[in-house]
Amino acid sequence: MAHSVREAVNAFRRAPLLTGLSAAMIALSLFLLGLFGVVAHNIRQALERVEARVEIIAYLRDDADPTLVQAARTDIASYPEVRDVLHVTKEQALARAREDLSEFRTIFGTIEENPLPASLDIALRPNQQGADAVRAVAERITSLYPFVEDVRFGDEWLDRVYLLRRVAGAATFALGTVFAIVAALIIGAAVRISIFARREEIEIMRLVGATEGFVRRPFLLEGFATGIFGGMLALFATWGVYRAASSRLFDLEWMPPEWIIGGLVAGTLLGGFASAMAVRRHLREIG
Amino acid sequence: MIRLHDVHKEYARSGLALNAVSFELRKSEFCFLTGHSGAGKSTIMRLIHMAEKPTRGEVRVSGYSSSSIRPREVALLRRKIGYVFQDFRLLEDRTASENVAFAMEVTGVRPAVIRSKVGRLMAKVGLAAKAEAMPGELSGGERQRVAIARALAHDPLVLLADEPTGNLDERATWAIFDLFRSINTSGTSVLLATHNLDLVRKNTGMRVLELDHGSLVYDSAVDGKT
Repeated sequence: MAHSVREAVNAFRRAPLLTGLSAAMIALSLFLLGLFGVVAHNIRQALERVEARVEIIAYLRDDADPTLVQAARTDIASYPEVRDVLHVTKEQALARAREDLSEFRTIFGTIEENPLPASLDIALRPNQQGADAVRAVAERITSLYPFVEDVRFGDEWLDRVYLLRRVAGAATFALGTVFAIVAALIIGAAVRISIFARREEIEIMRLVGATEGFVRRPFLLEGFATGIFGGMLALFATWGVYRAASSRLFDLEWMPPEWIIGGLVAGTLLGGFASAMAVRRHLREIG
Repeated sequence: MIRLHDVHKEYARSGLALNAVSFELRKSEFCFLTGHSGAGKSTIMRLIHMAEKPTRGEVRVSGYSSSSIRPREVALLRRKIGYVFQDFRLLEDRTASENVAFAMEVTGVRPAVIRSKVGRLMAKVGLAAKAEAMPGELSGGERQRVAIARALAHDPLVLLADEPTGNLDERATWAIFDLFRSINTSGTSVLLATHNLDLVRKNTGMRVLELDHGSLVYDSAVDGKT
């Protein structure tokens, strides 16, 4: 192992420009991925904030039995999709309308009979499986409780929110895959150049009886090290751009630590995997 | 120790390189392999080194067969075979002793063993005084001595020398040949491929194999001395 580490370090020393260029190219790919990560994280945060406001309002009949309403409230609160259930009485609904709809304050102040129904305001947990899941909860409430007169949950805008979320998820996956492939190709090319630069050395290693594992190891280490180095460079560059953008343009959130660790680990593994593939292929080429 | 049995080798582009070649090289034997350029000498060397497999027939070296040897065993076998080339194949960015040490470093020999052995090998090939010289600072004969020292790093059973004097003047040629003789005297078999007939003629007591267009046309051990 000592020889492999020494040879991997020597490869950096012998061709610092080439190795630096490889790391820079990997860093560029991972940097783009990092920038996209910041954007994706912020889109996700924004969507979660919108999702947190997803609500089902179950309007109750005026003759609904308060005991049954209370039982239904407890029952609905136990649904896995539900975060909170609030019982809004007719009086509370009127007070809320007076406050929220100031232009109708005069009308609401003069009416003799309260026309607004009582309701159960059901707040849902974020990360639901789309508008259909919300619709299913609404339908369950309608079918189970006869004293529920009507259910509203704004299905049209909800459909759009979930569509946006799906598009953002698919775009993250697609761009992540594309950048990972680009990074792998760059690492592969760097390893190829390194193998050809050390072609004579490899021939002699084989000539004197070095095992294939021994021949490959320094290149694999080089790939891992380039991946780590490129990943660190990308991280610093992404942080710099994030700082600049969030102080001058938008109020952005930095990526969660598990994303950063995951990115570095993925970059390193990608480096190792790409070099393993390149070593396997190009060592065969040189005989 | 080395046995070729009915060996054929055919390349897709250049056609038949060896045709039904059979011979055996015994322990401590010195053998010339002669023939014109392209007769198949280097192909035989590569087959013995298990760098290639025969198209038909079998090559057996120190108990390993070309038909069943595994990749890891090839590496282990090569430690029993020293290989010397016409073009020396030294690493130009390492000193003479580092070139010799390299053969042991890459096969996991301990540093202390490498240090003592490199000194002995450099002395054996007569280059102790130039151990720290770079290959570019050495003459052709000296470079070939470094290559021979490297080939001896694992105390091989056999030394394959493919036109080792092809780039040397007459004086250096004889000096290198004497070195091979001395290595052979200490028990290592030597198979020396050459088209230098002068070298062969002046060593009448030694075994000669002659190839012509891929066929073995003469074996002094079978057909009698020249």
